[in-house]
Amino acid sequence: MAHSYLLSALTFLPLVGALFIVLFVRGGCGGNCACKTSSNATAPDGGGCCGGSKATGGCCGAGNTPENKKASCRCAQSVKTAQLFALAVSMLTLGLAGVVFAAFDPSQTGFQLVERLAWIPSLNIVYVKGIDGISIWFVMLAALLTPICVLSAIGGVKKRVKEFMVALLILETMMIGVFTSLDFVLFYVFFEGVLIPMFLIIGIWGGEKRIYASYKFFLYTFLGSVLMLIAIIAMSLKVGTTDMTVMMGQSFPKEMALWLWMAFFASFAVKTPMWPFHTWLPYAHVEAPTAGSVILAGVLLKMGGYGFLRVSIQMLPEASAYFTPLMFALSLIAIVYGSLVALAQTDMKKLIAYSSVAHMGFVTLGIFSMNRQGLDGAMYIMISHGLVASALFLGVGVVYDRMHTRDIARFGGVASVMPRYASFFMVFTLAALGLPGTSGFVGEFLAMQGVFEVNTWLAFFAAFGVVLGAAYMLWLYRRVFYGEIKHEDVRGLQDLCVREKAMLAPLAALILAMGIYPLCVQTHFTKDIGKLMAEYNSRIGQIGENISAESLKDTVRLSLVPPSMPPPSP
Amino acid sequence: MDISQSITVAMPELTLAVLGLGVLLGGLSKRAETPIAINMLAIIAIGLTLITVFLPARLAIVASESQTGAMLAFNGMFRDDAFARFAKTIILIASAFALMMSQSYLRKEKIAHAEYPALILFATLGMMLMVSANHALALYVGLELQSLSLYVLAAFNRDNARSSEAGLKYFVLGALSSGLLLYGLSLIYGFTGTLDFARLATVAGTLPTDQTQGLVVGLVFVCAALAFKISAVPFHMWTPDVYEGAPTSVTTFFAAAPKVAAMALLARFLYGPLGAISEQWQQIMVLAAVASMLVGACAGVMQTNLKRLMAYSTIANIGFALVGLATAGREGAEATFVYLAIYTINVIGAFGVLLALRGKGRELENIKDIAGLSKTNPALAFAMAVFMFSLAGVPPLAGFFGKYIVFVAAVKANMVPLAVLGVAASAIAAFYYLRVVKLMYFDDATKAGAELEPTKNLGIRFVVSATALLAVIFAIWPSPLIDGARLAINSLLLG
Repeated sequence: MAHSYLLSALTFLPLVGALFIVLFVRGGCGGNCACKTSSNATAPDGGGCCGGSKATGGCCGAGNTPENKKASCRCAQSVKTAQLFALAVSMLTLGLAGVVFAAFDPSQTGFQLVERLAWIPSLNIVYVKGIDGISIWFVMLAALLTPICVLSAIGGVKKRVKEFMVALLILETMMIGVFTSLDFVLFYVFFEGVLIPMFLIIGIWGGEKRIYASYKFFLYTFLGSVLMLIAIIAMSLKVGTTDMTVMMGQSFPKEMALWLWMAFFASFAVKTPMWPFHTWLPYAHVEAPTAGSVILAGVLLKMGGYGFLRVSIQMLPEASAYFTPLMFALSLIAIVYGSLVALAQTDMKKLIAYSSVAHMGFVTLGIFSMNRQGLDGAMYIMISHGLVASALFLGVGVVYDRMHTRDIARFGGVASVMPRYASFFMVFTLAALGLPGTSGFVGEFLAMQGVFEVNTWLAFFAAFGVVLGAAYMLWLYRRVFYGEIKHEDVRGLQDLCVREKAMLAPLAALILAMGIYPLCVQTHFTKDIGKLMAEYNSRIGQIGENISAESLKDTVRLSLVPPSMPPPSP
Repeated sequence: MDISQSITVAMPELTLAVLGLGVLLGGLSKRAETPIAINMLAIIAIGLTLITVFLPARLAIVASESQTGAMLAFNGMFRDDAFARFAKTIILIASAFALMMSQSYLRKEKIAHAEYPALILFATLGMMLMVSANHALALYVGLELQSLSLYVLAAFNRDNARSSEAGLKYFVLGALSSGLLLYGLSLIYGFTGTLDFARLATVAGTLPTDQTQGLVVGLVFVCAALAFKISAVPFHMWTPDVYEGAPTSVTTFFAAAPKVAAMALLARFLYGPLGAISEQWQQIMVLAAVASMLVGACAGVMQTNLKRLMAYSTIANIGFALVGLATAGREGAEATFVYLAIYTINVIGAFGVLLALRGKGRELENIKDIAGLSKTNPALAFAMAVFMFSLAGVPPLAGFFGKYIVFVAAVKANMVPLAVLGVAASAIAAFYYLRVVKLMYFDDATKAGAELEPTKNLGIRFVVSATALLAVIFAIWPSPLIDGARLAINSLLLG
């Protein structure tokens, strides 16, 4: 039992780090709180690599007394300490996540590294943690993206740096908590707990309409989630415990299951987001600071898909089967509508936000096609989108830090002044449109294949999403990077600095690795997806797929064939 | 039943009464530092009372004399059991917190008279009598002792028009509700022939139909009167005005302890003597719960005065607590008191933040004044954010667990629509809690807000930090409160 509390350690390590920053990193200023007349200096500062010091200097520069200078010096130092400490903590968390990953045995199905403690015995609530091949990837995603976000924030966040790092670390605890919790109340606590730091991140460090965006984000998700809370309560009363592992084997009366499913749908559909519950997303994405957008796109959206897999499919299979047509319809609309709207955007972040809606449409389409290819594809898209969308937002953040605009029309010809940046962005663009050889292709291909098996017409319409995806991504790339330099300030842009390379390079490497050798990711989740599907089918009573142990192995092998074929080189 | 036994049972109340009189006498001294010393004395008095509540020697006698753990005194008028002790603990702690935060406020408003702590003590004594009442007359006496003290406290800043208005308004409406209560009690007496709770319990279930109807009419009047005391809709109208007009330190007190006491009284009255006709009062509670949640949530959205906003927050929270009672079951009652305890922590903390901030010669009241607080005073802003998120019911803060427990009770009692309305109301109410957070964290300080200065008063700092800490760590260590409430409700249901 060497690993007995590994997951708890992983979950709460960032929280402890955040606490440490709050308590021990001196920061009377925390950015600019010391001076009441703070005009948070947003003067464009070319490189943007060594952030913090300029803004704080500006803040305390009101008086020129020696004390003030001293204070400003201390300010800059505390900002730096907070940044480095947050980076260290998040890297340590990533390391610990690596340990978890190594301890995880992909040859087994079911939950591993399970921890079980009494939490609120009088309410039958236990503290259960565990991961399986599905959740481990989201944990890894959260652990990977947080240090990258810290890196991006070192350049992008100029005010209240210490608080930002604290919020980011708390957010990491909540995200990892969601994916490792196997008790429903614990799950809910983390699921909802995400809202507080994210609300603050959007509202404090966001753009112009940040307040509207943060409200919309919070209230939308909150309303969806409280309905889920009622469903959780109803389910746990029926089963007698809030332990999700126990609940997965239970069946509920048909009518009750339908209501429960709808309540969960309210929450997950908002989180995913599915059309027509997506309207918070463009605002939240656009107004959030770069790190916030990355976390939103990379991890928070996956909570919806994870919820569908973990709760809707695994606990309420009958209701899921009943609502499959609805899910297909909404997913198709999301794909086509999201892509069309993305085509019309003039704001880079908004374009990527709508493309997220479309990609998430593929995810829900794949999940509810309920066959191997579809489910594997949905998982793959979620992981891939977590990397690609994050990378795109980081890429937008890079130019935003320099130009303070995301308006596509303000750019043009960037490739000639920032060649390295352009090549990175090219990789991400191609991954987003699903070029073979990148991670984006594998998932979309599998999901399409899965849907094709269910209904040809569904696949036909979903294919429009792929075509339109290529259109809006390539058009974005052309408008920003190619053509004449129309604006003088573009000419003065500096190419990526070391910090920015450090945050983009790992993502680019992973995107290519996942595209070239999909099995490196798939072996971990495929067994558990198979188990999920077998349970689903046996619950539904379909004999469409054989579910005996041997044939399960066959299907596993079969479904692995297409993606591991050598992709045509671009 | 001899008198010495009665004294043992009622020892905490007697202690508080004697010490309260002592505080009143001590206030006669004209020396300048008297109010501070008297205030300290009052806090010590509450501490001593709390100790006597749980004095092992006293509890041993109570336990040895009865199997159920409940002890009667004064010919069955007064009852001490786990439920009473649970409620008294919350009440005493809430009163002590209110007193700790009062002095600096009163001094700055120049109304630091020695009567203030004495009145708080007598109000607390009234509340303790209320939760221990085992007879309708004892109930009335306790309620009036509390109410009369509170009327005076509301008007304590007597040179201030708004405070006087608040006192008068509270008095007139409170007197009306007392009248309703008495009328209801007289009807109950008329149709059952008794005012003793134990006897009522046996009689109520066996009445012929026509007499039950009379009893129900009496019950409605009593419920209306108690709904006034807990400021449940539709008897909530006084709340915003009185909260706004009364001195803030008094409002802090109003928002916490009296609500717990009146709710405990309501629970004892409904579950005990009227438990047999629960389907009759259940409807009233459902209506009051739904109306309070929705009115509290919707009307709060429009408020620009922080004290009024907190008044509507109180109304909504009382609605959530009533959801528990509306289930008319054991879990429901448990949930109500867990919820109330958590609410008390939150509301005292939130008012503590309001008390901690003062502008030049004025207090923080307009919601705009709090803008930019996270820059001028990060610690207070953080505490306030904790209270707001907790009141909104966002995990992992304490308020979430309160709501969770209440909704579990509702779903268990097959009242899913009630729970759904509840979560809808909490989503609406989240808007105004978020607004406070938004002003503190997203906006820059206004000119008036920049003048606000944080207090250096230790009492306020202690209470705000303690309540914020409790709101945060409840998630880690929730069992003591939940188990305590369970014990309390067990003793309540034993009859």
